[in-house]
Amino acid sequence: MTQTTSGAAASSAPAGAPRSFQEIILRLQAYWASKGCAIMQPYDMEVGAGTFHPATTLRSLGSAPWAAAYVQPSRRPTDGRYGENPNRLQHYYQYQVLIKPSPPNLQELYLGSLEAIGIDMELHDIRFVEDDWESPTLGAWGLGWEVWCDGMEVSQFTYFQQVGGHDCAPVSGELTYGLERLAMYVLGIDHVMDMPFNDPDAPIPLTYGDVFKQTEEEYARWNFDVANTEVLLRHFEEAEQECTQILSQEHIDPKTGKRIIMAHPAYDQCIKASHIFNLLDARGVISVTERQAYIGRVRALAKQCADAFVQTEAGGQAA
Amino acid sequence: MPDLLIELFSEEIPARMQARAAEDLKKRMTDGLVEAGLTYAAAHALSTPRRLTLALEGLLAESPTIREERKGPKVGAPDKAVEGFLRGAGISRDQLEERDTPKGAVYFAMIEKPGRPAAEIIAEVLETTIRNFPWPKSMRWGAGSLRWVRPLQSILCILSDEAGAEVVPFEIDGLTAGDTTQGHRFMAPGAFVVSSFEDYSVKLKRAHVILDPAERADAIWHDATNQAFAAGLEVVEDKGLLAEVAGLVEWPVVLMGKIDDDFLGLPPEVLQTSMKEHQKFFSVRNPKTGRIEGFITVANRETADHGATILAGNQKVLSARLADAKFFWENDLRIAKAGMSSWTEALANVTFHNKLGTQAERIERIAALARELAPVMGADADLAEQAARVAKADLSSEMVYEFPELQGLMGRYYAEAAGLPQDVANACQQHYSPLGPSDDVPTEALSVVVALADKLDTLTGFWAIDEKPTGSKDPFALRRAALGVIRLVLENDIRTPLDQHIDAHLLRHELAQNGDDAVSAGLMKDMIEEIADHGVFGSAVRTVLDAFDGDLPKHMEELKESLPDVSRDLLGFFHDRLKVFLRDQGIRHDVIDACIAMAGNDDLTLLVKRARALEAFLTTEDGENLLQGFKRANNILSQAEEKDGVEYSFGADKKFAEDESENALFDALELGEGAISSAIEAEDFAAAMGGMAALRQPIDAFFEAVQVNSDNEIVRRNRLNLLGQIRKVCGQVADLTRLEG
Repeated sequence: MTQTTSGAAASSAPAGAPRSFQEIILRLQAYWASKGCAIMQPYDMEVGAGTFHPATTLRSLGSAPWAAAYVQPSRRPTDGRYGENPNRLQHYYQYQVLIKPSPPNLQELYLGSLEAIGIDMELHDIRFVEDDWESPTLGAWGLGWEVWCDGMEVSQFTYFQQVGGHDCAPVSGELTYGLERLAMYVLGIDHVMDMPFNDPDAPIPLTYGDVFKQTEEEYARWNFDVANTEVLLRHFEEAEQECTQILSQEHIDPKTGKRIIMAHPAYDQCIKASHIFNLLDARGVISVTERQAYIGRVRALAKQCADAFVQTEAGGQAA
Repeated sequence: MPDLLIELFSEEIPARMQARAAEDLKKRMTDGLVEAGLTYAAAHALSTPRRLTLALEGLLAESPTIREERKGPKVGAPDKAVEGFLRGAGISRDQLEERDTPKGAVYFAMIEKPGRPAAEIIAEVLETTIRNFPWPKSMRWGAGSLRWVRPLQSILCILSDEAGAEVVPFEIDGLTAGDTTQGHRFMAPGAFVVSSFEDYSVKLKRAHVILDPAERADAIWHDATNQAFAAGLEVVEDKGLLAEVAGLVEWPVVLMGKIDDDFLGLPPEVLQTSMKEHQKFFSVRNPKTGRIEGFITVANRETADHGATILAGNQKVLSARLADAKFFWENDLRIAKAGMSSWTEALANVTFHNKLGTQAERIERIAALARELAPVMGADADLAEQAARVAKADLSSEMVYEFPELQGLMGRYYAEAAGLPQDVANACQQHYSPLGPSDDVPTEALSVVVALADKLDTLTGFWAIDEKPTGSKDPFALRRAALGVIRLVLENDIRTPLDQHIDAHLLRHELAQNGDDAVSAGLMKDMIEEIADHGVFGSAVRTVLDAFDGDLPKHMEELKESLPDVSRDLLGFFHDRLKVFLRDQGIRHDVIDACIAMAGNDDLTLLVKRARALEAFLTTEDGENLLQGFKRANNILSQAEEKDGVEYSFGADKKFAEDESENALFDALELGEGAISSAIEAEDFAAAMGGMAALRQPIDAFFEAVQVNSDNEIVRRNRLNLLGQIRKVCGQVADLTRLEG
């Protein structure tokens, strides 16, 4: 059995089953690199899902072709279980692929990625089950499926139709893998904290628990009981104001005379507001009625950022 | 005559849309073809997760030539008229025919529309069909502009006969029709050529695709029941799930697994719901114990290990799911056993409707109404209030948060765990019923009381804020709620004036929305009590308000005028729903109208009793007699009243009777009146109407012998008053003037 992935970068299906969480990530990286995706790095902000990365949200807009893949650490404060639940975490990883326009063989490409991480198509039952995706905070929706492997959801497969209130043309195909769940299945692990993070035969073998058990506890306590809600509420307002303020600037920079629309800095504020909203939600200080109002406010920011981005060069506007 | 085969091959079509889409494909294609002159012998529509297929047998090879004769202007008409006609008909002057008609010589044009080959027509109709396909939701993909439910990958379109098959030339958004398709995604990848529908079905089956959804469903059900039977178990039937699962696979492989012992303590409904909603598993039951002990999953492929890996994977996913459910169940039980107070408190943070307040406020109102309604069902008022207060507690539970469809049912389990009386627990589950026209109606007193209070609160609430159903829009399911009230009242034989409860509750809503000042709050409480005592809305409201010494808040003044209208309108809504309900049971609408026109029409049980008696009576000879006798008397009377401008309702006096038949009618009335009144009193409407029918004969004899409009004014008035008496007697059971025929 091959133990390392050396030399596997170019081939799409390294031999043998992976042995660790990180090997699955590395194989996905190698696979999507071999299919021509730019392998990007995680966005350096707190987000609820890989979709929030500007490489997905903003780049799915406009006409410019795009192909990117990346790991995105994601935070969902309400899902925290102090590291005790075998399947639930407040911090987890998503693997995200976005290709625009969606290629006609995207399903085959996707299935190839499952083979690359050691899922034998001859033994497993893979199914595409209807699941329409909608993000009320991003003003985005698409149609697609959740992909089942032996009855377990291993990925989300979506054709983006609208983002930030804009029709997507061309349409992007988005793949999202919930890495922990997928890896636990492939590695045959029952509790996420028991999953080998690096190679079990490494000089210092580490489990997922070694890396994250303590942080899950710390964040669960902070998210649920300690986070200062007054400060958070203020930060939310500030992020909202800053986003609007950035976008209200003249398109021509008075200093350089260049046309610079600051879609990305503004979008950072939108991401910030969205995450603060999630934290407030976990603290239980947002009532059901207010909830909708907050979501609407974040959506309004996302829409303004999308409006700005499509006026930029990356957003398909001629320079 | 050739056969046509079309297959639209796409990425996975949602299971719930497949059957409808196959039918839409058939309908749109055949309608289009027939309209263009291409008739066919038979049509079959089929579907799998990846394809919609249409097979037409015996299609015309080309549309028939159509000859049309068109009449033009007269011979010798101005050139301009003739030229205009030629242009319209698309022919030249020498093609015109002259014919003699009774009006002289006239030009005729013979227009011939040549037939067109089938392929040409098919391509046109297919294009229109694809571009306008009625998917519930459709999408774009890649850089194209075509819309389909998921990316459309290929189109097979062939015309075949004994000589062979030919591809219909067709292209849409870069997809060109061909004669190939693909088999099972994993078991038989790769394209193959097909030459006819038969060839297609056979090759597909060889390529591990069962084309017919009914065949897949049968196969699944057959294998599932066999495997369960072999293990001494039985599959819980679920037709909806079967159809859905048949739409998720092209090559069904049934696998049965066991539920881990750890989870067998969960309520069976929780096991079933979790397995169905999350995993699309069938539940497998032990017929001896009634417990759910196993599951059936349906895979989409055969494997070398006979599904062992697939089953193990499914089992694992299920265990994780059920571990969640067990976690919820155990947490919930802890709170339930502690009395559920944290749940009921949490409902204060849940908005029911932004104008109608929180769930907690709603529960307050329902509890008050339940107390009021308890005596109607002979229930204990304290228990009714208690049941109303806990009935919605489960909405805060983790299990119901996860599985909203278990609301009510979980409420029952948790109320039992809390040690509440069994009928209180049952009310938690049953107060949502009946949900539809065929749903069972609760019969236990507490359940009925809370169910009524719940629905009446909803209805009065939305009436109070003027959010009534309009046309096809009924977002809060108010029609269903009204029908629920009607069925609860009728099937439990409840006798109560609905108006009183509606009125008191409308005031409660008013109190909740506007009664924040002390004066209003006090007044409203007085009014609610006044209504409970006297039950006449408008006057109760006025009595209290007029007796108030001081300045009335403005909205209280308005209340005096507006609220009785709202109440009347809501009762009218009940009557409308009742009409629909009774019409479905074969009761004529005029019979219902005749009964609604009577006093006490807010006692629905009485109203329906009346209507049923009248409906039955009208089908008898006596009924016909009653109606005719009444109508005759009423017609003469109404004419006279209109002419004289008075109402003849003064008692007639027998001493002015002149004729024998007149005397006989007096006697019959005197004899009948008492019996009829006491029958009405006893609500024996059939007996009352029997008594009325007996008047027909003396009425007929009276009209035969006597001229009502006598010259003697005293005699005339006396006779009209006699008829007035007949009208009054007959009017006790229903407003017969509203009956047709």
